[in-house]
Amino acid sequence: MSNEPANSDGPTNSSGKQTPDSDQNLLPILGQPTSRRTALKAAGAALGLAAFGKAVSPLMVIPENVSVDEFLQRHYKELTDEDKQKIFTRMEKETKESYGAEVSISDPQPIPGVRYGYAISLSKCNGNGKCMEACHEENNHHRGVDQSYIRILEMPKGTMDMEQGNTTYDHTVPQDDKFYMPVQCQQCDNPPCVTVCPVEATWKEDDGIVVVDYNWCIGCRYCEAACPYHARRFNWEQPEIPAEEVNPDQGYLSNRIRPQGTMEKCHFCLHRTREGRLPACLEACPTGARVFGDLNDPESPINYVLQNKRVFVLKEELGTQPSFFYFFD
Amino acid sequence: MSSLTSPDSVPIDPAHPVRSYPRFIWWGLGEATNGSLLFYTWMFVLTAIALVGANAWAVQVSEGMIVTNMTDHVSWGLYIANFTFMVGVAAGGVMMVIPAYLYHDKKMHDVVIIGEILAISAIVMCLLFVVVDLGRPERFWHLIPGIGRFNWPMSMLTWDVIVLNGYLLLNLHICGYLLYMRFLNRQPNPKWYVPFVMISIFWAISIHTITAFLYCGLGGRPFWNTALLAPRFLASAFVAGPAFILILFSILKNVVGQRLEDAPARLLINIIRVTIVVNLLMVVSEVFTEFYTGGSHTASAHYLFLGLHGHYALVPWIWTAMIFNIVAAGLFLSPLVLKRERVLVFACILAFIGAWIEKGMGLIVPGFIPSTLHEIVEYTPSLVEWKVSAGIWAFGLMVLTVLLKMAISVYRQSPAPATESTR
Ligand code: SF4
Ligand code: SF4
Repeated sequence: MSNEPANSDGPTNSSGKQTPDSDQNLLPILGQPTSRRTALKAAGAALGLAAFGKAVSPLMVIPENVSVDEFLQRHYKELTDEDKQKIFTRMEKETKESYGAEVSISDPQPIPGVRYGYAISLSKCNGNGKCMEACHEENNHHRGVDQSYIRILEMPKGTMDMEQGNTTYDHTVPQDDKFYMPVQCQQCDNPPCVTVCPVEATWKEDDGIVVVDYNWCIGCRYCEAACPYHARRFNWEQPEIPAEEVNPDQGYLSNRIRPQGTMEKCHFCLHRTREGRLPACLEACPTGARVFGDLNDPESPINYVLQNKRVFVLKEELGTQPSFFYFFD
Repeated sequence: MSSLTSPDSVPIDPAHPVRSYPRFIWWGLGEATNGSLLFYTWMFVLTAIALVGANAWAVQVSEGMIVTNMTDHVSWGLYIANFTFMVGVAAGGVMMVIPAYLYHDKKMHDVVIIGEILAISAIVMCLLFVVVDLGRPERFWHLIPGIGRFNWPMSMLTWDVIVLNGYLLLNLHICGYLLYMRFLNRQPNPKWYVPFVMISIFWAISIHTITAFLYCGLGGRPFWNTALLAPRFLASAFVAGPAFILILFSILKNVVGQRLEDAPARLLINIIRVTIVVNLLMVVSEVFTEFYTGGSHTASAHYLFLGLHGHYALVPWIWTAMIFNIVAAGLFLSPLVLKRERVLVFACILAFIGAWIEKGMGLIVPGFIPSTLHEIVEYTPSLVEWKVSAGIWAFGLMVLTVLLKMAISVYRQSPAPATESTR
């Protein structure tokens, strides 16, 4: 921009000599031989621009990695079935290209009238971590990190104070003086993560599952700061998964491989549960500590637990109203 | 571009003023890019730093936020810390408006322009700090009301987007209008700026309050979940903003000989005097409630001030800030700051850095440590984060320099504006 005013002082320059002092201090551009300063400025601007272009050249990966279609893609809720078909096909193709895996992306809808709840028996859970492993594999997590939507707190008996807990134990389990408390997304009924999201990239579905549109999230991580259960994960880099380990059964709002720079979280394996199967973590649990089901169905195992056990929720005082319960047998 | 009216003919020939505002800006930019060798060196150094920052950011976008040292545990770091602090500087900068317009202190009018210029550059920096913190910056359009999906009024972040951009526009308007009128040697019409000035006073408070609400609305983070957060923000803004303006005037005096009159300087000092004490008082009451009662809510404060379970990365920072703030308060309360400019500048620098640490790293990072499940994961910014932040600071200073040069050119061009006579 600096060279532009200089362009202009050619024709009008002649009038630029009215007050002597203005000449020297104020408008040096007019008082001087224009050509030299102009040329210098132009050269400076050109150099600056070139340097800027060079500096931001790593950004050139954006057009490579983000197609126009992806860039312009609308929010999930604004997509027609036709749009979705196109998008899923595109994503399947992209997964094939970048991961070498044949996958199919589906979009199961909430079952009308169903509202999911999850419960964990603190008497049975022994901290073996099989649920974490299953979650990691089911959800196509980045293999480079020890990632899972579940964290298991090892707590000394006699306290519910999480500050006494430890998530990074590596000794044999269970320890006699300890109990184990897995924490994952509590699918809150009053979810702070949804309230704070500036672009509505995360919301609560009719069956109570809080989901993220990975293609709408801008990666501000406000929801991560807001969640009181440390249930959200950010994709700090593009996940890497060997082709043979990619789980091909993928849901758009659940376990498809997440793009870099976006948020993700536990979704109660909605690509399984909405089709009548159980969450992967539950299936993997060797102790039978996990109970899942429809809160609206009086016959469901979850309702049995709620009616017959001493049940509590975590951080009740925060008013998040979890659909995730803990109980003692 | 021969259409550009020769600027120096304007004040002399009122029949032929620069009627077009864009042309005035054009002229101003031309002015702002002329200068001494010192000026070019300064701009060259800033450009170099800004380019290093731009490059680091580009690397961050292509390789992912993994190049920062932020984690799922500490998900906001140096960028948001700087953002928070700059919101304070922006708000504090414009607070000069209160004495100038509410109390009709005419001597303050020139300071007001400087304050607003500072606010503009600070807001530009704020917006940049938010953008570099996004994991998917190319999706920023999702945030634009109308095109994207704007979670308003629920999300405090959407409020922040509105108030920050609104504040930027307000200040651009007031500043531009007053300078343009002065350039034309015309009396500014109060209708065109006084209402905006009044709005901007409330707006300055609102940008700060809403930025505080961004944090204190999070129930799961006890360190932030305190009603004192917003007032504490405001108090340190009133310290940081005026302190920066005083430093700026000292530099201007030495470099271009632009003097700040005694009365406005005294007023700025008095503002700092009061608010620096109020700020310290609030820190003390917060520390008292945290530590006297104890309990798990104290963990973050404990981590910040004393370290927790062998982790104490922030302890040296916060004590530096405390010492700076206390020494600065002592200096400001002594008559020395009025007599000796060196003492004043020194005190301002201490207060500015103290506020930067306290409101930045000392506020954002401990909010995440320990995490909501009480895990302790520490955070130290990575080189990339430092580079990007330095780049944004450099860019902000470039904006500030250019705007100041434009303003000074206008003032020198029209040394005796009609404004003074009636208002
Ligand atoms: S547990 Fe956290 S991520 Fe899950 S719904 Fe509640 S606030 Fe959201
Ligand atoms: S990180 Fe994504 S989902 Fe979370 S608040 Fe930001 S935009 Fe919303």
